[in-house]
Amino acid sequence: MSAVAVRPGRTRAPGPQRFREVSGKVGWGIVAWVVGIAFFLPVLWMVITAFKPESAAETWPPRFVFSPTLAEFRLVFSGWGPYVTHSAIATVGSTILVLVLGVPAAYALSVHPVKRWRDGLFFFISTKMLPIVAAIGPLYVIAVKAHLLDSIWLLIILYAAMNLPLAVWMIRSFMLEVPGELLEAAELDGAGRIREIREVILPVISPGLVSTALICVIFAWNELFLALNLTVTNAATMPMYLISSVPQEGLYIAHLSAAATVASVPVIIVGWIAQRSLVRGLAMGAIK
Amino acid sequence: MTQVSYVSATRVYTKDAPPAVDALDLEIKDGEFMVLVGPSGSGKTTALRMLAGLEPLDAGRVEIGDRDVTWVPPKDRDIAMVFQNYALYPNKTVAENMGFALKMQHVARPERDRRVREAARLLDLDDMLLDRKPKALSGGQRQRVAMGRAIVREPKVFLMDEPLSNLDAKLRVQTRSQIAELQRRLGVTTVYVTHDQVEAMTMGHRVAVLAGGKLQQCDTPRHLYDNPVNQFVAGFIGSPAMNLQTVPLADGGARLAGTVIPLPAAVRAAASQAGLHELVLGIRPEHLHLADGAGEIAGEVMLVEELGADALLHVRLAGAGDQVVTRTEGRRPPAPGQKVTFHVQPDDVFAFHPVTGARLAG
Repeated sequence: MSAVAVRPGRTRAPGPQRFREVSGKVGWGIVAWVVGIAFFLPVLWMVITAFKPESAAETWPPRFVFSPTLAEFRLVFSGWGPYVTHSAIATVGSTILVLVLGVPAAYALSVHPVKRWRDGLFFFISTKMLPIVAAIGPLYVIAVKAHLLDSIWLLIILYAAMNLPLAVWMIRSFMLEVPGELLEAAELDGAGRIREIREVILPVISPGLVSTALICVIFAWNELFLALNLTVTNAATMPMYLISSVPQEGLYIAHLSAAATVASVPVIIVGWIAQRSLVRGLAMGAIK
Repeated sequence: MTQVSYVSATRVYTKDAPPAVDALDLEIKDGEFMVLVGPSGSGKTTALRMLAGLEPLDAGRVEIGDRDVTWVPPKDRDIAMVFQNYALYPNKTVAENMGFALKMQHVARPERDRRVREAARLLDLDDMLLDRKPKALSGGQRQRVAMGRAIVREPKVFLMDEPLSNLDAKLRVQTRSQIAELQRRLGVTTVYVTHDQVEAMTMGHRVAVLAGGKLQQCDTPRHLYDNPVNQFVAGFIGSPAMNLQTVPLADGGARLAGTVIPLPAAVRAAASQAGLHELVLGIRPEHLHLADGAGEIAGEVMLVEELGADALLHVRLAGAGDQVVTRTEGRRPPAPGQKVTFHVQPDDVFAFHPVTGARLAG
């Protein structure tokens, strides 16, 4: 009796089929790498350029051998103070506002839906369909009349308004995942609406809330159009700093690259955290 | 005194569909363990949820202890419910889960702790477990925490919605008797929903059988078993199920497997009054007695299921070739292929209307 069993099945497919399987895998692998590199290369180029002296930044053909310098970074850090502060305030402030408003809104559209909740839901998302350029004129006038032009409060309000629709949709979908029996148990236990949200729903959807907040942070941090048109100095944000690093004359590529690298680091960190909690947030249905 | 009554309680989910619960009239006595049992879609869970206040009534009313609670919100009904999936708060510890309702009632902390500990002791929950989150508990422990959450409230009525269905078979049997024993000790009126007729029979003081949103019969397990009012109850209660065969009427009885099973005069009179030519004959598996060739019903053994204490024989009857199941002593059952005969007592034979399913009885 031999101990070696002949196993039929898929362990070894016949020649041509196996070849097709392997070559298919390799083909997709190559495509993935090409696309990945195409996306990553400009970022890599930006980071490399940031370490070049200005004289070496804009040569043709590009130089790969150069003596790296932190001079441009030093320059960036000497001037970014007010901008990064404004960005941080506008980003954190608007994200908190989004969560404070978004949780009750999502609750009213999911757990105990109000009348015509579907209309409400589509109204929220429809505000994202209008090009923001179309609204900038009225927004400017409103900002002037409200004495909010070039004010950080204006950016907090506008960024919150900008992110709220997406946040409401996201939080709502997380709330729908909360098992109905849990809410009924809370109702039987005598928890009111506020308790129900605070002690039962929020702890369950907290991974989802974190990913929602992180997405809002990224969007607010990167926003340029509103900041450019509605602020000058008192509320100018990081993206505006990038624009201001382009001088009227002279070389600026290395300086701009350094500023852009610095501006990207926070969102890359946040994005990296968001990626993990996003997966957790989106997989929330599975942890019931 | 906490009796519970449903008075013509009705729940309609969609306008054109038949009601999920159709004019339910049911009286549950103080301290009684009432089981609502039925197949899925029978309305048993809806009926329980109506009592809990989680489902509004479209007609009729629900009373708890002489008080009409039809429009009283769930938290003011003085009830506690155990859910099928336990519905424990995942972020709260076991103690917090059990004490949550008391916290909502503004019961002081020391009193809360005392009652939680008492409930934990009652349920054999280790004190060590009280600080754990539900995620760290086994299925059986979670079930007991869910029970504990209900007990801590000291409610007037316990509502339980298939609380054992997520446990494995062995634990289910064990927990079944624990719940019944606990209910007896606490003496709290309990309404228990299950689809499992064994659970219903073993736990309930009385069992209400529902089908299609309608109450079929409500009685003690013994009475339900001995005197089913219709074919549905007869077939649903008892395991293995009662053998039900549509058979032609004959002189003095009904024809089955080439012989005439005698029927009481009252049954024959009822059948002829209804103008029937055939009826549904019902015989429980244990009432078909193996008779060593001397019995009147003949057949051939097709399959033997050994259960240990006894064995189930699947027998193809002579003539029509219908299959019946019989229960027999487990030591030396006949082998498959063997020809057997049965004897049946006329008293043990049920007769039902072939169309309405109603019992034909004297």
